Amino acid sequence: MIAAQYPALQVVLALLAAPVCLILRRPRAAWAVATVITWISLAIALSLLGRVWETGVILYPMGDWAAPWGIEYQIDTVNAFMLVIVTLIGSVVMPFARASVEAEIEEERIYLFYCMYLLNLAGLLGIAITGDVFNLFVFLEISSLSSYVMISLGRDQRALTAAYRYLVMGTIGATFYIIGVGMMYMMTGTLNMADLATILPAVADSRTIQVALGFLTVGLGLKLALFPLHLWLPNAYTYAPSAVTVFLAATGTKVAVYAFIRIFFTVFGGVEVFNAGFIPEILAVLAALAMIGASVVAIYQTDVKRLLAYSSIAQIGYMVLGISMVTVTGLAGTIVHLFNHAIMKGGLFMAMGCILFKIGSVQLDQFEGLGKRMPVTMAAFVAGGFSLIGVPLTVGFVSKWYLVQAALEKGWWLAVAAILVSSLLAVIYIWRVVEVAYFRPPPKGSAEVSEAPLSMLVPLWILIGASYYFGIDATRTLDIAFVAAETLFGPPQ
Amino acid sequence: MTVELAIILAVAVPFAGAVLIPLAGATPNLRETVTLVCAAILLYLVSVIYPAVAAGGVPEVYLFEMLPGLSVFFLVEPLGMIFAGIASFLWIATSVYSIGYMRAHNEENQTRFYAYFAIALGATMGIAFAGNMLTLFIFYEVLTLSTFPLVAHAGTEDAKRAGRVYLGILLGTSIGLLLLAIIWTWTLTGTLDFTDGGILAGKADGLTVGILLALYTFGIGKAALMPFHRWLPAAMVAPTPVSALLHAVAVVKAGVFTVVKVVIYIFGIDFLFDIGVSEWLQYVAAATILIASLVAMTRDNLKARLAYSTISQLSYIILGAMLVTDLGIIGSGMHIAMHAFGKITLFFCAGAFMIAAHKTEISQMRGIGRAMPLTTLAFFIGSLSVIGLPPMGGLWSKWYLALGTLEAGKLGLLGVLMVSSLLNVAYLLPIPFRGFFSSPQENPPPESSHDHDSEHGHTHDHDRPKGIKEAPVACLIAIGVTSAGCLVLFFFPDPVYELMRMVVAP
Repeated sequence: MIAAQYPALQVVLALLAAPVCLILRRPRAAWAVATVITWISLAIALSLLGRVWETGVILYPMGDWAAPWGIEYQIDTVNAFMLVIVTLIGSVVMPFARASVEAEIEEERIYLFYCMYLLNLAGLLGIAITGDVFNLFVFLEISSLSSYVMISLGRDQRALTAAYRYLVMGTIGATFYIIGVGMMYMMTGTLNMADLATILPAVADSRTIQVALGFLTVGLGLKLALFPLHLWLPNAYTYAPSAVTVFLAATGTKVAVYAFIRIFFTVFGGVEVFNAGFIPEILAVLAALAMIGASVVAIYQTDVKRLLAYSSIAQIGYMVLGISMVTVTGLAGTIVHLFNHAIMKGGLFMAMGCILFKIGSVQLDQFEGLGKRMPVTMAAFVAGGFSLIGVPLTVGFVSKWYLVQAALEKGWWLAVAAILVSSLLAVIYIWRVVEVAYFRPPPKGSAEVSEAPLSMLVPLWILIGASYYFGIDATRTLDIAFVAAETLFGPPQ
Repeated sequence: MTVELAIILAVAVPFAGAVLIPLAGATPNLRETVTLVCAAILLYLVSVIYPAVAAGGVPEVYLFEMLPGLSVFFLVEPLGMIFAGIASFLWIATSVYSIGYMRAHNEENQTRFYAYFAIALGATMGIAFAGNMLTLFIFYEVLTLSTFPLVAHAGTEDAKRAGRVYLGILLGTSIGLLLLAIIWTWTLTGTLDFTDGGILAGKADGLTVGILLALYTFGIGKAALMPFHRWLPAAMVAPTPVSALLHAVAVVKAGVFTVVKVVIYIFGIDFLFDIGVSEWLQYVAAATILIASLVAMTRDNLKARLAYSTISQLSYIILGAMLVTDLGIIGSGMHIAMHAFGKITLFFCAGAFMIAAHKTEISQMRGIGRAMPLTTLAFFIGSLSVIGLPPMGGLWSKWYLALGTLEAGKLGLLGVLMVSSLLNVAYLLPIPFRGFFSSPQENPPPESSHDHDSEHGHTHDHDRPKGIKEAPVACLIAIGVTSAGCLVLFFFPDPVYELMRMVVAP
């Protein structure tokens, strides 16, 4: 009975719980609510994925208003997988957040954090689950506005400017997106994705639709931090509270990538946009520039959190590269990397959270002797770094394998070179940190061994462990990714 | 015990040792016992596997499916058997040696040292027994990463810089070239299993095969083919046991072993011979042989000279593989074994000179045979084996390599082998000769900047040794065992030869 309502509950639960946190005000109580709601959401997402896997696409008309007039939720393998990624990360972040947030956010604002987190969660889940392009915009705004607030909660004054900058860029992105949606609506009279997919081919040859596609691409490109639209990201990740960075880095841009895929492959699925103009080539070049450029910039960072932020931009390049190949292997590589990068980068940012908690800074020169002072955290950092490099048995290796394979099948030699060079650059920026942490003696007067509390270390190692578990046995995630990619290439539903 | 179980345990036991060693870290004697017990168990396990392989079997153990259609599994064929046998046997010798060496040298962080050493051995076993290229690549990277802490062990600026070179070249080649070659092979053939006769025949045209072969050969940076050889001299900053076992045996032999394995089981000897794309790599290998030998002559630091000698000898093996004739392959496989025993003896002796007489530079070693007669004699034996003179095992591998060049009709390459042997004589034999027949008084005054031990505060005069002063007994035992091995392999090379014959004529 209730299982039939899961698609609605997936979003509504978090949305309703947010004001509850506002009313509760007590930090621990708000934390408890947020945690429980996230875990329930994870259970729902897993059961939805299971159902999609068994029986195929789930259609859920909101309030029983039939599509295309009402809003319809459409769940196939692609977005069921996204729902699992988002809730899974949320579920691991919440236990981590309690101590981390208490250390980094003033006590009277903590309840605000959990309120905003729940709104953000609802927004991201909404983007993933909806089958309506306007509804997607609404959720995009919910998630964006809440993330501006969360970033601005950072202790550092610069968090405010970072949030403001993100606000400006994010608003431009959202506006571009809605302009594109408006133009599509003008030509087709519908907002339902499946409906759009069937009507669009008839009108695709018009200037309006072409311009709409341009607006949609740039709008979503801003949200997913596609080079050169990434300028908001480094500061936002660097100055946000650690728990926020973990959650945003692992889910925010991933959901934007998903929306990008959805628009290109489902909504414009019947139009074959990739055959017209140079869209794949342009995307591939931007992706390669991101992979190389951002990795080079990462090498020169002195703030390790910022270093990881630039690494994220490079990793987003991998995802866009996979999309730009327009093959099942490439797209599967992107989809599996959405998951893989979420867990490894989540883990790495959690390690930053642990270090901030103990040392109070993530400047590289503060890392001296950290291999001895915080052995458990630094071991996790090294293990996560291996994954970023793409050492075998890690998830990073799996993603890279399929992206290289896809590029080889396509004969894109420069893309192959870009992937390999980018992972070699990753060796350099990870190793810079390792050398400081393990080869320099601890500064005098520092405590011998002092680790972050278990409530932070356990989630950290869950994500790091997962990035090895799914690297050693990648068959499950890859099966899902390939089915998802084939779904996207299949006939529009 | 079944052979299958022995295979799994052979890879698992060193890793288990790596877990136990830190637990026993507080009591050095217990810690060293753990190392020795692990090494002994490993040798026993390998001896359990050997009869099955010698009888013509190829035992196989399936582990798990990593990517759809691509699994991790072990498969022991004769070449892998040889490699595993050497590595496991020499681990015991090295363990005994390092106990003497590390204590006499008062090295710090010994627990870490033994733990990573054990991991490196586990990875070596994984490489030897890998059933497909993916499995091999996994352990190949584990070996790179686990030896990094050993190379940078001292933690000094020099060690850090050497560590960067080491990691940069080995990871750079393996990620940039080898991994690409592997994925490319996978997209072409849909398999990465090591198969008799290769998997590429009929799946790729000549140009693609040529590019792939180059990617594999240069991508396997551990084989130290020029121009990707710089990591090996850099790695000499590590403690001597590391240089001895890892950078004369395990790591570098893992490199050339992989090259030979790829040539036989990925490309296929006959297929590669017909296509003829390996010819230019014969000349790259020949050039490496000569250039590295020449560079070795210019090095005064003993370990640096031995490192360049290793680079040169590794290219013998690559050359044999690239000849793609039966005799050349046999020569390659045998050289993996013969060179291992010869070179590890030389490194052991170099370490003994350092800890007992505090000498690292060759120019300081005149008359050292009077103080350390046993070590100098062992150095002489090792030198003979590396040069390839009777009555040492090194003769046989060079014999078959030479026959291989004749079989391929490459007289020029035969000439290279001969010239290089002469160069070997020129840069190795003067050391024991001067050690025995010159007087210590002929040594030039030492340059303190090159004196390794000046950092450790040994300021008293070592240059005029009085009477016999050998290295610790543990070191001498190890040296005796490996130099005896060189002799034994001259009289009994059959097991190695028979295994290699099974490789080329399955």
